[in-house]
Amino acid sequence: MGIFLVYFGYFFVTIGAIFLFLGALGIYRMPDLYTRLQAGTKASTLGAMSLILGVAFLEPDWWIKLIIMILFIAFSNPLSSHAIARGSYKHNLKPFSKEQIDAYEEVEESKEEQE
Amino acid sequence: MKNKAQKWGRFLYTWLILMIVWYSYTVSLASAELITGIIVTGLIAALNFTSFTHYGFSLFHPRRILYILQFSFVFLVALVKSNIQVAKIVINPKLPVNPGIVKFKTTLKSDFAKMVLANTITLTPGTLTVDLIGDEFYIHWLNMTSHDEAAIYEDIAADFEKVLIKIFDK
Repeated sequence: MGIFLVYFGYFFVTIGAIFLFLGALGIYRMPDLYTRLQAGTKASTLGAMSLILGVAFLEPDWWIKLIIMILFIAFSNPLSSHAIARGSYKHNLKPFSKEQIDAYEEVEESKEEQE
Repeated sequence: MKNKAQKWGRFLYTWLILMIVWYSYTVSLASAELITGIIVTGLIAALNFTSFTHYGFSLFHPRRILYILQFSFVFLVALVKSNIQVAKIVINPKLPVNPGIVKFKTTLKSDFAKMVLANTITLTPGTLTVDLIGDEFYIHWLNMTSHDEAAIYEDIAADFEKVLIKIFDK
């Protein structure tokens, strides 16, 4: 039984490492801040989660703390990436878009008119 | 299901959740640690329960727990699927991205449900909630497949919303 847990652990750690690497590669290759945010923060959610899950299989004594860590990542990650995206839009950083689709522009313009 | 819980119910709920977190970090039943935990978490709960929860113990209603489990399952499937999609885009030498900010209207009523939906959309790769005004979501989408509002809604939010409505708006 124990040996299976170790295999599961290494499996999840490997998956996590692959996704974290792809996240880093995405940061390097994407064209602007918003798409980099997508690659950097999101591809890494599954990466970090499955890495921590793998550690939970390898070190069964720690599993409660590790589950809390997974929940904390799940709650805090969307908040921070939303804050970064909204903040940079408020600083007039226009998103890169091939088809020029930007529904948020009108909201910002109507706010500026009110001021 | 009753939505607005009594004050003391919300307070006890906050206390219980904080106590569970405390126990999972200390992992010991020594009386000194337990008593410290009860005092500290009770104090924090008394100061913060108004902003911590509006639902209280009604979240533990058996039907709600079933729907929350269903939601976690739907969410996990979406998470894995979209992670693989983004991974494919990153590996592809041509980098086939087509980003843009789109908007759609939600049918959810309560603020908490909208917050959960916004966070879920952000957590699944490829979509990122830029802002939420009233009941309109503004989403940065890494690879747009359509410009029609109904189709956007169908693609991004429909699966999650079906379950969230059952959890929070009934």
